Amino acid sequence: MTYMKKTLAASIAVAAASSMAISTAHAEISDGEVRIGYLADMSGTYRDLAGPGGQTAMEMAVADFGGSVNGSPIVIFSADDRNSADVGANTVREWIDQRNVDMVGGLVASSFSIAVTKVLQENNGLGIVSGSAASSITNEHCTPNHIHWVYDTYPLANGTAKAVVEQGGDSWFLLTADYAFGHALEADVTSVVEANGGEIVGGVRHPFPTSDFSSYILQAQGSGAKIVGLANAGADTVNAITTASQFGLTQSGQQLAGLLIFLNDVHALGLEATQGLLLTTGWYWDMDEESRAWSERYFEEPGRMPTMVQAGIYSSTMHYLKAVEAAGTDDPETVRAKMAEEPINDFFARNGSIREDGRMIHDMYLAQVKTTEESPGAWDLYEILSTIPAAEAYRPLSESQCSLVQNGSADALQAQASAALAWGQASRKGVTKGVSNNKQRAGAAP
Amino acid sequence: MTTTHTTSATQLPSAVQERQRRAKLRRNMFYLVLLAMGLVAPFVAYPVFLMKILCFALFACAFNLLLGYAGLLSFGHAAFLATGGYVTGYLLASYPGLTPELGILAGTLMATLLGVLFGVLSIRRQGIYFAMVTLALAQLMFFVFVQSSFTGGEDGLHGVPRGHLFGVIDLSSNLEMYYFVFAVFVFGFAVIQRTVHSPFGQVLKAIRENEPRAVSLGYNVDAYKLLAFVLSAGLAGLAGSTKTVVFQLASLTDAHWHMSGEVILMTLLGGVGTLLGPLMGAGLVVSLQHLLAQSPLGNWVSVILGIIFVVCVLSFRSGIIGELAKMYRKNIK
Repeated sequence: MTYMKKTLAASIAVAAASSMAISTAHAEISDGEVRIGYLADMSGTYRDLAGPGGQTAMEMAVADFGGSVNGSPIVIFSADDRNSADVGANTVREWIDQRNVDMVGGLVASSFSIAVTKVLQENNGLGIVSGSAASSITNEHCTPNHIHWVYDTYPLANGTAKAVVEQGGDSWFLLTADYAFGHALEADVTSVVEANGGEIVGGVRHPFPTSDFSSYILQAQGSGAKIVGLANAGADTVNAITTASQFGLTQSGQQLAGLLIFLNDVHALGLEATQGLLLTTGWYWDMDEESRAWSERYFEEPGRMPTMVQAGIYSSTMHYLKAVEAAGTDDPETVRAKMAEEPINDFFARNGSIREDGRMIHDMYLAQVKTTEESPGAWDLYEILSTIPAAEAYRPLSESQCSLVQNGSADALQAQASAALAWGQASRKGVTKGVSNNKQRAGAAP
Repeated sequence: MTTTHTTSATQLPSAVQERQRRAKLRRNMFYLVLLAMGLVAPFVAYPVFLMKILCFALFACAFNLLLGYAGLLSFGHAAFLATGGYVTGYLLASYPGLTPELGILAGTLMATLLGVLFGVLSIRRQGIYFAMVTLALAQLMFFVFVQSSFTGGEDGLHGVPRGHLFGVIDLSSNLEMYYFVFAVFVFGFAVIQRTVHSPFGQVLKAIRENEPRAVSLGYNVDAYKLLAFVLSAGLAGLAGSTKTVVFQLASLTDAHWHMSGEVILMTLLGGVGTLLGPLMGAGLVVSLQHLLAQSPLGNWVSVILGIIFVVCVLSFRSGIIGELAKMYRKNIK
């Protein structure tokens, strides 16, 4: 009860303070403050991917920007989403209802990000999704109220598969997590490999989640494929790589291709287990001078090198603040439009731009994990092999099911909704359609 | 049976009768105060937060009916919460013409049916075996929810419309939604209160205390336990359905075994076998999670809850409400 009183008192105080602020100067910035909410997994599986480090990156961005926009201070709220859609959606609802938060950043687990974007859409807020993998976030679940910044499964799976086949890895064995997300990855990779002249020689589906991969790895070794693709995520990928290393899979001439693996996973697994692994990444701290300079500055606080998600949080916050400054307001719609107008070229994103479906496309990179001999430092983990240009990396708009994109599928949806239906009902129909379409591409961890 | 109850009451000495009457009056007054607090609450605190507490409180109350009054520790109650949630969510999202109360009714019904199925299979075992059987069945349901396309798998089911209650009252406003949830909670609580204080509830308590003796007295113990299980499952489903309408989503979080564990924590913390215990426990756990998530201690939510649980089990086993009731009996009566 005291808590409730406190929040009430606090909200009254905030309201009073803000009304005063409005009366003095910045009429365009709501409440006289730019309020940013940082919502991410702070204590669970994705703590190292985004977590407190992401907050550090966001704070760095605010500090580098000068702490205020046109004289209005920038305030950051943060909360732990506990990887739960309920908790996330509630927190955002409360932030918007009670604290008038202007932008929500971070956003890791896909199910939770989708839930948050629905709340944002309903309340006309703005969100920047940095941590989620599911490409459905800007496909069937797209809204005009969010932007997906760092990466998604499309370039990670397709980019890796294409690049690997081009480098001669033309026979594949797929290790698939047996649920919608794994099936979607499997289907994507199969089509890309076959389109590029490769061949899927075998595959096995494992239950989700699995801790003992030995029988699956033995099958992979027996298949004679050059490449073993890991169409799974999180703990499954980590377990599969560990087992593969114990069975000497890479030593016997086969190569692992990770479809959803991050710097923190590689660091945790160690080079012994991961060396030679091929993967696609949106950014790597040591990829050039600019990135290195930023990362070394970042390293001072958490003592870890940033993941691409954490770097993306800095980049997106910076771009958001610039847009607020340029637009002179923190109104979500105006800022969203302003953000899309400006191309993004910073230490993180090269050739970056925001598409109408909310996808921020930028150059992606094919990387290979270094061997123990090659790597002198604890964080010296990747070697960048090639660049995948922004235009090729992401799902083309012509294949999009997003209702904001004007193409065939959106028209079909429009045609379905009869003229008598109100717009609200029509958009709801879109949502239901998205749900039933999940078989095609349901996102998963994160 | 009620008549025998009253006749035995009339035979009691008048002093005892008077004390009983006064205790009942006090209890009713207490419930009235609580009701008034519930009605005023949304003007003091954030309604969505209160709705979350009420949904979990109903879930915990349903669980407590089984653990506290029938002595059955189910470790699979998340399955009922999730079934209610998913069925309601799916129906409301797919058929825009459906009103929320029908959706909730369907979800509750489905959870009740599942309760019959689970109950028939698990009720023959006791103690740890019962817990394990329910856990296994709930994990089966989890698998079903992960694999089915209608649940959205890992992504969850999103965009469930709140709609218009009875086709008339617009629930999109938080205040109206709150009063609806409050009404649902009061209904659920009243059902449990009635059950516990009925002759049926007395038999359940007898079974909890000494099952062989209840059998020797000629009670069909399995039927009683099954009915309690089904009631509990149905109410848990009702909580899940309501929750889905409030938050407009259903996700795997509800089906995960963590949820089954969380409801045990809520019930034990508040006081198992007390009517208000689960309400207190749910309020405390949800508030703590909410409060800690946005504080610098955010990373420690699970640890802090764990420590509280350990302290509770070690030092006050009857939970907060249980201890308060003991103190009340000792000092005031």
